Amino acid sequence: MDGALSRPKQLALVIDLNVCVGCHACVTSCKEWNTSGSAGALADENPYGADPTGTFFNRVQTYEADSFPFTETIHFPKSCLHCEEPPCVPVCPTGASYKRKEDGIVLVDYDKCIGCNYCAWACPYGARELDEKRHVMTKCTLCVDRIYDASIPERDRKPACVMACPTNARLFGDVHDPDSEVSQAVRDRGGYALMPEWKTVPANQYLPRTVTPPLASTREHEK
Amino acid sequence: MNPAWPVIFFTTFAGWAQGLVIALAVGSLAGAPPTRELLLTALSVALALSMIGLGCSALHLGRPERAWRAVAMWRTSWLSREVIVLPAFIVCVGIWLTAELAQRGTPLILLVAIVLTLLLWVCTAMIYVCLTFIREWSHPLTVANYVLLGLASGLLLCAGLGVVTGDARYALACAQWGIAFTALAGLVRGASLIRNARLRPVSTLQSATGIRSPRLKQMSMGMSAGAFNTREFFHGKSIWFIRNVKTGFIVLAFIVPIVLIGISFATRSGTAVLAAAMIQFVGLLGERWYFFAEARHPQNLYYQVIG
Repeated sequence: MDGALSRPKQLALVIDLNVCVGCHACVTSCKEWNTSGSAGALADENPYGADPTGTFFNRVQTYEADSFPFTETIHFPKSCLHCEEPPCVPVCPTGASYKRKEDGIVLVDYDKCIGCNYCAWACPYGARELDEKRHVMTKCTLCVDRIYDASIPERDRKPACVMACPTNARLFGDVHDPDSEVSQAVRDRGGYALMPEWKTVPANQYLPRTVTPPLASTREHEK
Repeated sequence: MNPAWPVIFFTTFAGWAQGLVIALAVGSLAGAPPTRELLLTALSVALALSMIGLGCSALHLGRPERAWRAVAMWRTSWLSREVIVLPAFIVCVGIWLTAELAQRGTPLILLVAIVLTLLLWVCTAMIYVCLTFIREWSHPLTVANYVLLGLASGLLLCAGLGVVTGDARYALACAQWGIAFTALAGLVRGASLIRNARLRPVSTLQSATGIRSPRLKQMSMGMSAGAFNTREFFHGKSIWFIRNVKTGFIVLAFIVPIVLIGISFATRSGTAVLAAAMIQFVGLLGERWYFFAEARHPQNLYYQVIG
C-alpha cells in the first residue's frame, strides 16, 4: 500500500451501473480515439470475414440478476482498472509495463514490450490485449494522449469513453482527492472495487445499481 | 489457460538438459565419474537441448528481437531472472564442455553448473507460482514438479546416453536413480493433480462484477467476434480430450518408463532404457500441456457467453 500513499494523484473512472444503458458508445469511441493515435492503429483481423477479431480497450457486458418478476439487467462496462497495486507491473521483464507516479495511470511502453504475454496472465481481470499486428501488449491508457492535451478545450480533456457516454455513467477524476466528484460518488453511493480478494486495489470503481421498487401492478401480479 | 507450444517445448527441453547436467555433475563430484566419451557426448546433448529450449522460448515472443530487454527487471520479475539464468546455464555448460575437451575440468565448474541448474528450475517454476490468483499454479508443488520432472527425465536420458556410449556402469546408476526420481515425481505430480481437482474458485461472478445477487448470469460478453481474452485463456478442448491427455501423460511419463527400466534391469536390455527416456519425454510434453490447460484464470468469468 505504500505505493498508493506515495502517489499524490490517482486518476480513475467511476462507473455508474445505475444509469449505464449498454449502448456501447464508450466502446466505439474508445476504439476510434485509440486506433487513431500516434501509437498506431489497434489491429482488426478479418473485420468483414467469418471469424473477425480485434483489439479493444473497453467492452460493455450484460448480466442478468435474480429471477422474474424481479429480474434485473445490468450493463457492465469493463476496462483496465488502473490498480493501485497492479500485479501486471512487477512481473514485466523489460519494464515496459509501468505505473505512472504522477497520476497513477498504468501504461505499456510499446517500444520496450517484447510481447511475452506475462502481464496479461498476471491480470485477474483480463484487462490487457496483445495486438495481433504490432505484437505488443496494449491496454486502456485513460486516454493519456488526450487528457493533458492543451490544444483541446479544457472541458474536453477527458477520456474518449467519458465524452461519449450519453447517460453520464462514466465519471472521471482523481480518487485520491477526497473532494473530487469521483471520490464523493464512491463515498455517497457505496462505490466498490472488482475482485477485492486479490488485493489489487483497483483505482476504477463501480457504483451499484439501486433497485427501483416494483409498481403496484407488479405486486398485484405476485398474488 | 490455452497451452502455448513454445513454452511447453522450452520448459520440457530445458528441464531435460538441466536433469542431464545434474546427472553428470553429481556423479563426477561423488567420485564415480562417467567415462570421457559419455561425459563429452552428454554435455554436447545438454548444450544442444538447452539451445533448442532457448530457441523455443524466443518463438513465444511477439517481438523476439527485443528479448535482450528482458534482463532489466530482475529485481521484481521471475521471468526476467529466468532470462538471466538460462543463458548463464548454457554458457556454464559450454565452458564445462570446453574444459573437458581440453582435459582441464575442475570441480568448481561442476558446482557452478549445479547451482545454476537449480536456480533455473526455481526461476521457471516461480514464474507460475507467483501468480497468486491462478491457484492451480500458486503452490510449492509447482516448484517440486519442475525440479523432479527435470531430474527424472535427465537421469533417464543420461542412462540412455550411457547405453549408447557403452558406459554400462554409469547407465545402470542413472537408471536406478532415474526410476526412483520418476516414481517420486509421479507421486508429487499426483499430489498436485488431487489438490487442483479439489480447488474451489475464490473469485466468482459476484466478486468479479460486484453484483451481489446469488442468481447472476452473463447474457453477453460484449462482443460476438473473437479477442485475445477468448483465445489466450481458454484451451477450447473437450472434457474427453483433457481426460485423455491426463491419462496419457501419467502412462507415458511415469508408468511406461518405470516398467521399461524394470525390464532393462531384468533383461540387461539397453534398448529398453533408451525407449524409456524417449517415451518419458513425450509424456512430459503432455504433462506440460496439461499443466497449462488445468489452470483456470479468473478473467474467464468475464467471457462465458457470446450472447
